[in-house]
Amino acid sequence: MNQQLLSLAIWVPILGALPVFWAGSDRRCLVRWLALAVAVAGFLVTIPLYTGFDPKIAGMQFVEQSPWIPRFNVQYFLGADGISMPFILLNAFITVMVVLAGWDVIEEKQAQYMGAFLVMSGLMNGIFSALDGVLFYVFFEASLIPMYIIIGVWGGPNRVYAAIKFFLYTLLGSLLMLVALLWLFLESRGSFNILDWHQLQIGMKPQILIFVAFLVSFAVKVPMWPVHTWLPDAHVEAPTGGSVVLAAIALKLGAYGFVRFSLPIVPDAAHYMANFMITLSLIAVVYIGFVALVQTDMKKLIAYSSISHMGFVTLGFFIFNQLGIEGALVQMISHGFVSGAMFLCVGVMYDRVHSRQIADYGGVVHTMPKFAALFIFFAMANSGLPATSGFVGEFMVILGAIKANFWLGFLAATTLILGAAYTLWMIKRVVYGPVGNHHVAEMQDISGREFLFLALLALCVLGMGLYPFPFTEVMHASVDNLLRHVAVSKL
Amino acid sequence: MLNNFVMPDLYPAAPEIFLLLMSFLVLFVDLFFGATHRWMAAMLTAVSLLGAALITLVTSDAQPVLTFSGMFIDDMLADFLKLMTYFAVLMMLVYSRQYLVDRGLDKGEFYLLVIYATMGMMIMISAANFITMYLGLELMSLSLYGLVAIDRDSTRGTEAAMKYFVLGALASGLLLYGMSMVYGATGSLELGGVAQALYQGHTEKTVLVFGLVFIVAGIAFKLGLVPFHMWIPDVYHGAPTAVTMFIGSAPKLAAFAMALRLLVYGLLGLAADWQKMLLVMAVLSIGLGNLAAIAQTNIKRMLAYSAISHMGYMVLGLMSGMVAGKIDPFTATNAYSSAMYYTVAYVLMSLGAFGAILLLSRAGYEAENLEDFKGLNKRSPWFAAMMLIMMFSMAGIPFFIGFFAKFAVLLAAIKAGYVTVAVIAVMFSLIGAFYYLRVVKLMYFDAPVDSAPITAGLDVRVLFSLNGIAVAGLGLFPNEVMMLCTTALLRSV
Repeated sequence: MNQQLLSLAIWVPILGALPVFWAGSDRRCLVRWLALAVAVAGFLVTIPLYTGFDPKIAGMQFVEQSPWIPRFNVQYFLGADGISMPFILLNAFITVMVVLAGWDVIEEKQAQYMGAFLVMSGLMNGIFSALDGVLFYVFFEASLIPMYIIIGVWGGPNRVYAAIKFFLYTLLGSLLMLVALLWLFLESRGSFNILDWHQLQIGMKPQILIFVAFLVSFAVKVPMWPVHTWLPDAHVEAPTGGSVVLAAIALKLGAYGFVRFSLPIVPDAAHYMANFMITLSLIAVVYIGFVALVQTDMKKLIAYSSISHMGFVTLGFFIFNQLGIEGALVQMISHGFVSGAMFLCVGVMYDRVHSRQIADYGGVVHTMPKFAALFIFFAMANSGLPATSGFVGEFMVILGAIKANFWLGFLAATTLILGAAYTLWMIKRVVYGPVGNHHVAEMQDISGREFLFLALLALCVLGMGLYPFPFTEVMHASVDNLLRHVAVSKL
Repeated sequence: MLNNFVMPDLYPAAPEIFLLLMSFLVLFVDLFFGATHRWMAAMLTAVSLLGAALITLVTSDAQPVLTFSGMFIDDMLADFLKLMTYFAVLMMLVYSRQYLVDRGLDKGEFYLLVIYATMGMMIMISAANFITMYLGLELMSLSLYGLVAIDRDSTRGTEAAMKYFVLGALASGLLLYGMSMVYGATGSLELGGVAQALYQGHTEKTVLVFGLVFIVAGIAFKLGLVPFHMWIPDVYHGAPTAVTMFIGSAPKLAAFAMALRLLVYGLLGLAADWQKMLLVMAVLSIGLGNLAAIAQTNIKRMLAYSAISHMGYMVLGLMSGMVAGKIDPFTATNAYSSAMYYTVAYVLMSLGAFGAILLLSRAGYEAENLEDFKGLNKRSPWFAAMMLIMMFSMAGIPFFIGFFAKFAVLLAAIKAGYVTVAVIAVMFSLIGAFYYLRVVKLMYFDAPVDSAPITAGLDVRVLFSLNGIAVAGLGLFPNEVMMLCTTALLRSV
């Protein structure tokens, strides 16, 4: 049983989605409970991944390997290490939150809504656990389909534009990656095994070309400045659940790609391009931070804040030290909780007032005190307040950056100011002050269901902020191994 | 004179002979029962195809067999492609039955022409001689011209048939001219003989290449490659949808066989020349097909341009057999089998996409505009999901068969050193993704315009569902069909 844990994490949600689709949208009660059961089951099967994980082993655990397409030596090859395992759990956990969040908010085609998220969840687990290039690519691209449908069917007024932009932008990146994967297959004399590729000797020029191909693919997904423009559109138009999954998990796929592909396969190119990557990351941190400051739409503001936070992640990767990479990974998980929670908070308000404009609110604390407390807590986490998870990752990356170069750390640290500025200013305008208008006055405080998912996330954020050791412990050996691997030139 | 006559071995051609005999039966049955029992002709046609499939399976031989003085070949490749052809034609018959009945087109002529066109394809697939190839091609083409104009009262259909006929005749002329030049240079009409002569090298290169250009032009016309693609959109658009489905499926297999037999089995010695020609046409087809498809509002026209681009991708595999001026059998087989796999995958997707049009059409109403797909998800979530599978598969998104088809040809192209071409090809497939996404958008994001219930019969519903499941299932488990393609090629001449 221990051997098929990753397969279970992938296929339980995907196959579980079939009865949800089959139940049809007319039987809403059945659909919801079925979807919740599948999501919870999907989460439960990932727990042994954490409890059975041996933090001392740097390599892959829970490995499953069997031929899939012998014609091209493609294998069904799964495995998780300290870098990927936490994301599988995070993903399964967020899926439960999303199902709860869509409970009675989604009125149209609820079966398809729930089913799409379950399929999406399984596919993303596949991305995190695939160790075969084709398998990875297949999951990576297939995950676009449910998200396209989610944005397009249940999204806002401009959903069609946002959905198509999202799809084509991400497809652009992944197609170049496909060419790079095929090239690596031929260069490695017929292997799609990612671990084989890690050992493959490659010349400098092809390394740079492969790095660029991967960069386009992953940078779009992260998203890094200047290919980030699809994200605000997608976030604004997507339904709450879509935004949560996008921010909490989908953005991590690109960053994960860097550590699984770019750094170990083409380390020399990664070192060569490091300054370029750091520059892009800092632009994202500082410039996008300013952009976030002037947003009038809450979802857009959080979207830009996500880009800025993800800039931190890529910065952490390309300073090549333990603190940087571990900090970046912690930041990714923390951002998964925090941004997910922020979008859920906006969703809670949107369900009541049907507006995302900051100007349409004011004085929410007077009508929704319980909600306001949680919202402010998440906002604090978003701006990196100590004792929240947001602080841990940012602090580690800043420390790592200062180790590499003082001014790098200095610029990166501006995020603490900028992040606090745009988040707290939004809080001030939305939550505090006198009650803005009669819509706000009529708002009901959160229901038990809404309290449940927000409180669960708050616990995670707080727990991770106070005691991040369980997270860093599992990563340590793998990150150490990665750094030693990257330090060796392949030329 | 007659004393020299040696009775040829008819055994390898048994499926063709059986189909020919059955066609007479269809003719008779239609003559006597056509007015009262219209279903009989359709049923008999289906039975003859199944019978031909059975005979093909039974007479299948691991070794290639030549007959009719070396003019006709029966090998694994022929058996495989013929089986696929019967399969595609059978699916077309089931898909289009209701459509034909509703429009009064279910006449004996339709079924007879379908049988003869199928026979033409089978002869093309089994041709080992320029003359056999030409005969098969003409039998197929003439039957198809007739089928396009089967709806006598439709001006659009008649116009399409005229256009198809004139351009098709021109292409046949080009092909014949090219064949005569190659004959002049090599002294042989047999593909094996031509290959032999090229191998020995005592040939007039100028005449040969001149002939090659015309032959490639003829092949490109049948495949619908730019710049010989002009007929495709008009014929696809003008023909009754059932016929469009027919033209858009099985003949692609025959055209692939023609390209493979002529270029690889016959003219491999000139590979350096024809690979360059195919390269240019492949890139142009992929580019123009994908760009022009965006502008279409009629789904049949859109699928026509999509067919052009798909054939471009297929040719990408066909032209990748030779690496750095040398032909290595292993690499070459890989490249040709990737092209073959692409063709098979495309036929399956194409049948499904046209099947969706037939599914939504009803008496007096053609669901051929993109608008007609609006809100399909509200009318029938299941069929919308099936069409979604077809569209994403055509766009080359995994887990569907279309992705693995593109995967195989791109791998072959990169292996042959065409990395830039592969990058161009994937970039155009990005553009192509847009119009497939638009169909999904119409089905899922928009409200229905046409809210009439779907009236298609159970057979069409089941077949369309199976088609969608096959496209998805063969994407999850692509190995078997890939292996079949490779084995068929390996066991052939």
